[in-house]
Amino acid sequence: MATDTHTAIETVWRMESARVIAGVAGLVRDVGIAEELAQDALVAALEQWPESGVPRNPGAWLMTTAKRRAIDLIRRNERYERKLAELGRDLQLDADDEGVLVDHIEDDLLRLVFVSCHPVLSTEARVALTLRLLGGLTTDEIARAFLVSESTVAQRIVRAKRTLADANVPFEVPEEAQRAERLASVLEVIYLIFNEGYSATAGDDWVRPGLCDEALRLGRILAELMPKEPEVHGLVALMEIQASRLRARIGPTGEPVLLLDQDRRRWDQLLIRRGLAALDRAQALGGSAGPYALQAAIAACHARARTAEETDWTLIAALYEALARLAPSPVVELNRAVALGMAYGPAAGLDLVDALDEEQSLAGYHLLPSVRGDLLVKLGRLAEARTEFERAASLTRNARERKLLLDRAAACGP
Amino acid sequence: MLLLKGEPPEDALPSAELIDAMLGYYEQLVKAGVLLAGEGLLSSSTGARVVYSGGKRTVIDGPFTEAKELVAGYYLIQVKSREEAIEWAKRCPLEAAVDQFGDSGVSEAVIEIRQVAEMDEIGATDEQQETEARLREQTPGL
Repeated sequence: MATDTHTAIETVWRMESARVIAGVAGLVRDVGIAEELAQDALVAALEQWPESGVPRNPGAWLMTTAKRRAIDLIRRNERYERKLAELGRDLQLDADDEGVLVDHIEDDLLRLVFVSCHPVLSTEARVALTLRLLGGLTTDEIARAFLVSESTVAQRIVRAKRTLADANVPFEVPEEAQRAERLASVLEVIYLIFNEGYSATAGDDWVRPGLCDEALRLGRILAELMPKEPEVHGLVALMEIQASRLRARIGPTGEPVLLLDQDRRRWDQLLIRRGLAALDRAQALGGSAGPYALQAAIAACHARARTAEETDWTLIAALYEALARLAPSPVVELNRAVALGMAYGPAAGLDLVDALDEEQSLAGYHLLPSVRGDLLVKLGRLAEARTEFERAASLTRNARERKLLLDRAAACGP
Repeated sequence: MLLLKGEPPEDALPSAELIDAMLGYYEQLVKAGVLLAGEGLLSSSTGARVVYSGGKRTVIDGPFTEAKELVAGYYLIQVKSREEAIEWAKRCPLEAAVDQFGDSGVSEAVIEIRQVAEMDEIGATDEQQETEARLREQTPGL
C-alpha cells in the first residue's frame, strides 16, 4: 500500500510540479527557491499521504503546501519585507480556495517557460532546467536521456539557478521588443529535446521516444499558453508529424530505417492529422513563412504522400529554398540538395553538395558524406560512393547509424 | 483511452453545471498537453444494437438498461504510464453527472482506463496492416 502511495505521489508530482513551481515562483520571484519550496511540499506529501491517503485534489494540496512555505519564508526573511507589502493582497489568499490559487497559474507557467530558456544560460543548462522544472523529470532521468552522469546534470541545474539569480533575471514574460527572440530560444530548447529523442546524437539507441513525447507535451502546453503565436503551432506541427513516424524509424533489431524506406503503414495517422491541423493553425495566423512552419510544411509533404514515389519533391525543394533564405544554414542546404536530387536528378543535388564540401561548419557532419554517397550511388559512381559512406560511418557517434552506413558502403562493392 | 460509462435518464439533457464541469476537465487535459482526441455520446435511446446470436442478426433499438456499462464518451490521452492515466481518470468530474441525475435514480458513473492496441501488437498480417493504414487515412477524427 505504501508503495502504491509512493507511485501515486511520483505520478502526481510529475503532472503537477511545473505548475507548483510556477505558482510559487510567482510569489518568491526566484525559480531556484521556488523549486526548493516545491520539493519541500513533495517531501511533506511523501511523509503525510501514506498515513492520511492521497487527497481529493492532490495538485491543489501540493500548491497550497508549497505556497504556505513560500509565505513563511517571505515573512521570515527581512529582505523580503518590502515585497511582502507589495504582495499583501496575494498573501491574504485563502489557501483552501482552489479558484484563487489557480487563477494566475497560466501566466506564471509561461514566465517559468521563458526563464528556464533564458539566453543568459548555456543551451545545455536551458535544456536541463526545462526538463527539470517544466517536464518534472528527475536529475537521474535527464542524465540517462542525455547519456551524461547524474552529477553533471545536477551541477548544470544548480549552476543554472545560480546564474539566473546572479543575473537578477526577472520572473517575467519578456517585453514585446524581445518577445520574438526569446520565444525563438524557447522553441529551440523544445525542438532540441525532441531531436535528441528523434535521432540520438550518441549512444546505442537510434531513437528515445520518451524525450519526443516530453517535447511534444511541452509544445502542446506552450501552444495553449500562447495560442496566437504561429511559430509555436508550427513547431507543434513539425513535432507531431515527425513523431508520427517514430515507430517506422526503427527496424526489428533496433536499426534505423530512413524516411524513404519506411513502412508508411506504421505511421501514426492520428498524429499526422494533429500535425496537419496545427500547421493549418500556424498558416491561418499568418505564419506560413516562419522557420518551424516551413519545416512542418516539408514534413507534411512526406506525411501526405502515400508512397515514397508520390512525394512532391519539387515543392519540398522550393520550401527548403524558402527556409534557406530565411535561416541560411549548411544543414538546410544539404537537405535542399537531397530534395533537388530527387526532384531534378542526382546530378542537380550533387552540384550543391560539392559546393557544401568547402563548408567548414559541416566538416565533421556525417550526413554530408552520407548524402553525397547516396547521390553517387544513383549516378553509378559506386567506388566513390563507398568512400563517402565509410567517411560518414567514421563521423557518426551513434552505433546504430554507423552500422547502417557501413552496410551501405559494403553494398557498393569492393 | 478513458471510457466514460453511465447513462443519463432518457431525454434528459446535461445541465449547464454538468457541461461546465466536463468542459473544465477537457480544458485541463488540453492544457496539460495530453489530450489527443475525444467525443461525447448521446443517450442510448437514440442508439441501436445489432446482435448476432443463434446464427441470425437482430436489430434492437435503444435505450438499453445496463446503465453503468454503457459508453457515454471517451478521451484519448497520451501519457507516460498507467498510473498517470489513472490519475487523470480520477480527476474526471463524475460527481457532476451523478449530482445532476441523482434524483432520477442515477447513483453511479464509471470511467474505465484501457490501452489502445496497435495493429502490429495484435498480430495482424502485413496485408491487414496495410488495409488498416489506408482506411485510417480516410477516417478523419480517428
